[in-house]
Amino acid sequence: MKIIKLGLGVTSSNDRDADALRDIMRSKGSLLINLMSSPGSGKTTLLSGVINDMRDLRIAVLEADIESDVDAVKIESLGAKAVQVHTGGMCHMDAGMTTEAVRAIDEECDIMFLENVGNLICPAEYDTGAGLNVMILSVTEGDDKPLKYPLMFEKSDALVISKTDALDYFDFDIDKCTERVRKLNGNIRIFPLSAKTGNGMKPFENWLREKLDEWKTK
Amino acid sequence: MHEMGIVIHLAKTLDQTAEEEKLKAIGKVVLQVGEVSGIMTDLFTDAWDYFKVRHPVLKDSELVLETIPAVTYCDSCKSTYETVKYGKECPHCHSGETWLIQGNECVIKEIEAE
Repeated sequence: MKIIKLGLGVTSSNDRDADALRDIMRSKGSLLINLMSSPGSGKTTLLSGVINDMRDLRIAVLEADIESDVDAVKIESLGAKAVQVHTGGMCHMDAGMTTEAVRAIDEECDIMFLENVGNLICPAEYDTGAGLNVMILSVTEGDDKPLKYPLMFEKSDALVISKTDALDYFDFDIDKCTERVRKLNGNIRIFPLSAKTGNGMKPFENWLREKLDEWKTK
Repeated sequence: MHEMGIVIHLAKTLDQTAEEEKLKAIGKVVLQVGEVSGIMTDLFTDAWDYFKVRHPVLKDSELVLETIPAVTYCDSCKSTYETVKYGKECPHCHSGETWLIQGNECVIKEIEAE
């Protein structure tokens, strides 16, 4: 027996797979966006709004859930391509699973959204190979979430504060939330919006277009 | 099943190492686990014993876990303190401008192999 010093992160095989997927997506000119949030934060409703508003772009959605295909059915009814991924009880998507799901989309597309498993913890720990990480926090969940689940806020490029149409009914302080999030991540973009009324969708969609252009030209 | 996910990645990473280093069998696997990494060590070892038999090179391996203490740095008074005992607020100056400098990792330190 010999001793081999490694000093490798446990998930380093995943990091390698993630970099490989990013290379594939870049060569195809499609931007993979990893959407992370709690269950019920409005991921599918947000995506429905984006798909409706950005009809000039080819959008596909990878729906990751532990069970069922309700979200994929909803997305396909809007005319976007959707693939349902079952994680088999796993609480997050990793780069290997994401690569498989990407392969299942046979058409070319501009933006591919990965709707990660509804969970604020593990999805932040695994690089999926996405070019952008976007987190959704709904008004109904409370403005204290950055204090409880810091890692996800640290890893995200943008935070969507969803369901702002419900602000009158909940004690959610957008300024306080923004301040807490900025302490964790100085570069994060924050978009308060309501996918239901359409308020605030435009700045978010413009940002997506900007990022897509950057991804295609970089 | 958070621990199971990590176990699967650990097995994959070690399989790759075995291939690169042309190893026939891996014995001891020393893993450094941060105090606030969120990994439950008992569950993790059980999950490893359940899963390792699927990989010929790992089937007789043994997981040894070493704990890395969690330490937080305070940007206001430039001191460090024990994270688990005091949390986010600095016990010296009560500032909240603090961040974790170690204790969140999960690293394969070394392996015994032939």
